[in-house]
Amino acid sequence: MKIRVNERGWNITAAPDTPLLYVLANELQLQGPRFGCGLAQCGSCSVLVNGVETRSCVTPVSAVQGKSVTTLEGLPAWYAAQKKLSKTPDLHPLQQAMIDEQAVQCGYCFNGMIIKGSELLSKNPQPDEAQIRTAMNGHLCRCGTYPRVIKAIQRASRTMVAEAAR
Amino acid sequence: MRFPRREFLKSGGALVIGFSLREPLFGQSHLDTVARNAAPGPPDAKQIDTWLAIHADNTATIFIGFAELGQGNSTALLQVAAEELDLDMSQLKTVRLDTSITPNQGGTYSSASIQRGGPQVRTAAAEARFALLQLASKNLNVPIDRLMVAKGVVSVRDNPAPSVTYGALVGDKPFHLAFTGSAPLKTPAEFKVVGTRVPRNDIPDKVSARYVYMQHMRVPGMLHGRVVRPRGQSAYGTGVKVLSVDEASIRNIPGARLIHRGDFTGVVAESEWDAVRAARQLKVTWDTTPTLPGSAGLFESMRNAKTTDRVVLERGDIGAFGSAAHVVAKTTYHGPYQAHAPFGPNCALADVKADSALVICSTQDVYGTRGKLSTMLGIPLDKVRVQYYEGSGTYGHSCYDDAALGAAILSQAAGKPVRLQFMRWDEHGWDNYGPAHVGEVRAAADAAGKIVAYEYHGWQHNWSLLETSEQLAYGKSAAEWPGAAAQGVSAANTAGIYATPNLRIVNHQVPGTAYLKGGWLRSPLDLSVSFASEQAIDELAYLLNMDPYEFRKRNIADERWMGVLDAAVKAANWTPRRAASTKSDAKIVTGRGIGLGTHLVSYGGAVAEIEVNKETGKVVAKHMYGAIDAGLTVNPAFVENQISGQLVQTASRMLKEEVTLSTTNVTSLDWSSYPILRFEECPEVTPVVVQRLDQRSSGAGEEVMAAAAGAIGNAFFDATGVRMREYPLTPARVLAALKQG
Repeated sequence: MKIRVNERGWNITAAPDTPLLYVLANELQLQGPRFGCGLAQCGSCSVLVNGVETRSCVTPVSAVQGKSVTTLEGLPAWYAAQKKLSKTPDLHPLQQAMIDEQAVQCGYCFNGMIIKGSELLSKNPQPDEAQIRTAMNGHLCRCGTYPRVIKAIQRASRTMVAEAAR
Repeated sequence: MRFPRREFLKSGGALVIGFSLREPLFGQSHLDTVARNAAPGPPDAKQIDTWLAIHADNTATIFIGFAELGQGNSTALLQVAAEELDLDMSQLKTVRLDTSITPNQGGTYSSASIQRGGPQVRTAAAEARFALLQLASKNLNVPIDRLMVAKGVVSVRDNPAPSVTYGALVGDKPFHLAFTGSAPLKTPAEFKVVGTRVPRNDIPDKVSARYVYMQHMRVPGMLHGRVVRPRGQSAYGTGVKVLSVDEASIRNIPGARLIHRGDFTGVVAESEWDAVRAARQLKVTWDTTPTLPGSAGLFESMRNAKTTDRVVLERGDIGAFGSAAHVVAKTTYHGPYQAHAPFGPNCALADVKADSALVICSTQDVYGTRGKLSTMLGIPLDKVRVQYYEGSGTYGHSCYDDAALGAAILSQAAGKPVRLQFMRWDEHGWDNYGPAHVGEVRAAADAAGKIVAYEYHGWQHNWSLLETSEQLAYGKSAAEWPGAAAQGVSAANTAGIYATPNLRIVNHQVPGTAYLKGGWLRSPLDLSVSFASEQAIDELAYLLNMDPYEFRKRNIADERWMGVLDAAVKAANWTPRRAASTKSDAKIVTGRGIGLGTHLVSYGGAVAEIEVNKETGKVVAKHMYGAIDAGLTVNPAFVENQISGQLVQTASRMLKEEVTLSTTNVTSLDWSSYPILRFEECPEVTPVVVQRLDQRSSGAGEEVMAAAAGAIGNAFFDATGVRMREYPLTPARVLAALKQG
């Protein structure tokens, strides 16, 4: 089977019913999406499929054939393509904002936080706090980083708006 | 090999070769260089070389024995070293914990990385600087007292020309020096790095998928393993008995193999998905004889148990309840079992051979886990090597040791390295839970607003000693921690806050084998104790018609308790009034509450502002304020992040979290049956660090939780005029309490 991940084609050997997460983690050796619950309850395994946040732990790999999968590793390039930037930045503005806000504690959930936050900002460049909370509500964090994640999304929003104005 | 290989040894002197590692240590960018020969540890704590190595390029590696858990200690301890060594943070790195590399500083428990580890690292760095200055003195032919250091360059005061770097003096060679005990330490007035807001060194990799979590580890030739257990544990003492296993039930998954030892049941497979499927599909018949009291009968069962009683603290004459009391608050409070529930279930990778073992895991104590492995496998300590990779936030004794031991059992049986990852229901269902608690508190005050007598009786069981994998595989009998100190009502967190002349604190230890497995969960027992004790204090204030801040102030003698109380109420713009004096008939009412608390040493204060929907019973924490005095705070930014996390986690634990059990097993097995706080329910948080440069550092990862737990209880009363006697404050429980009035 062939799938497209981070703008590259991959031939994979996994059975079609294998959850995408196990293919990404084992065959493609990616470290963004990671196992949290296997039940689509927490968001640690999130990826973008055609730009839509998707739980890779319950998505059979066969379901993404012919679609474009973006993981945390491919997020800066995905952003550059979206914004038609001439050069791929090192980090998506939300990744940078997470650093600037020192939002992370253990960081295990931040794959999902960044994937979901990026999806939100791609659809709504200037979400208010209530919209951020609603969009992010399906992503859990055990360390209690929600307040700083909200601040980081707001900061990334400001950065992106400023970049667009340039 | 699956990870981008970094150059193994960038600036160190000696190559490390793991004795059964097929590949070098994969790297997190700030943790990927190792600069010493690997040898079974722990190395001698009195030798400079145990703690640090100076490289030829004038950088240094600091060997730290504490686990980075997302709290920032791998950066903060480098700040301590940078300060005493006069090096820039950019010149320092650390390595991952490894029983053949890093010193034994004890486990990463009790938020003690800075409290216990700070002085050790500081002393080692000061000793190294002292030794380096002696070398520089000879090299430059100038007395030590005329030397100065900046960024590892030693030069002469008032004479800029001659200089020599640390790297040139000892580059990559060992010191071979024991501590002298006479190396000068800097005074707080001299601090340039300690006390500043250096950013965390692990965050850039954590947001960019470069950080290698335990769950990412793979080695060539390994198998994926899963355990097969009933969904949810039964009584600790009973364990779980396998009646039959139907191996044919996984025959359609050719890559999967059943591993069975005693009652330990697991599967291994080359493909992870095959292992997951096989574990799910394997038909096992378990003995399901009821062994538990069930959620409904839990507290009554504990209260009626034959306990081991111990007076924790007794002072004055408790008879004062009869004589001096003007008002008395007396109630019984209940706190549930709660789960660590790390966000990524625990994972470990073991390679067990006939006479040696290498185990990579997320333990909070590599040396402690090495001991457990050595005992279980019957392999000498010096042939067992344990390496630490960070998993997701564990907040105490989650299943990390169980994963390490389970992986070792699977590897030994399979004859190959095995990576064991728990499924969500394994982690939620087989945790070492924070034990449930019954607290009976009685407090009295005189007419002048002074607490005159205080009595606390607490019932809970101890922490369990045996890991599930070992219990099942080897049939060992369940045992609890020895000694009363492991888990009990703390004097510090009950009457210790207030200057109470007459008091009695009694611990009633319930025998634990008839209950769930227990373990230390962030701020162990403190939330339950504070929920009871701080509500009793508040009740006295209410009965005296006093503002709860004013009442506490009247009863606090210690300026450090006053410091955090004042910091929290100032942040919250507290205005004096009696609790519940503004309650209304509205559907949604608001309230505010104060709480004080600690875990062991530091001082925590909190204010909670909450909203209660009296029709739905839903409670939302709107804004939480938390202040901590942890003595000398090495990095206030990290402590602010810790306070924020504590406030959010406390809101989660007080409003939502509760392990449920039937009479046969635990029934809260995922995020749906064990809900935690979500974005839409998350309070705004205001953290305040009370910096005390002149006090020794103490823990900062737990203390605000006790304070915040009490504050939430008190805020509920302020909003409704009703006291909640049991948490979490779920809608059903709230509606029942409001109905009762």
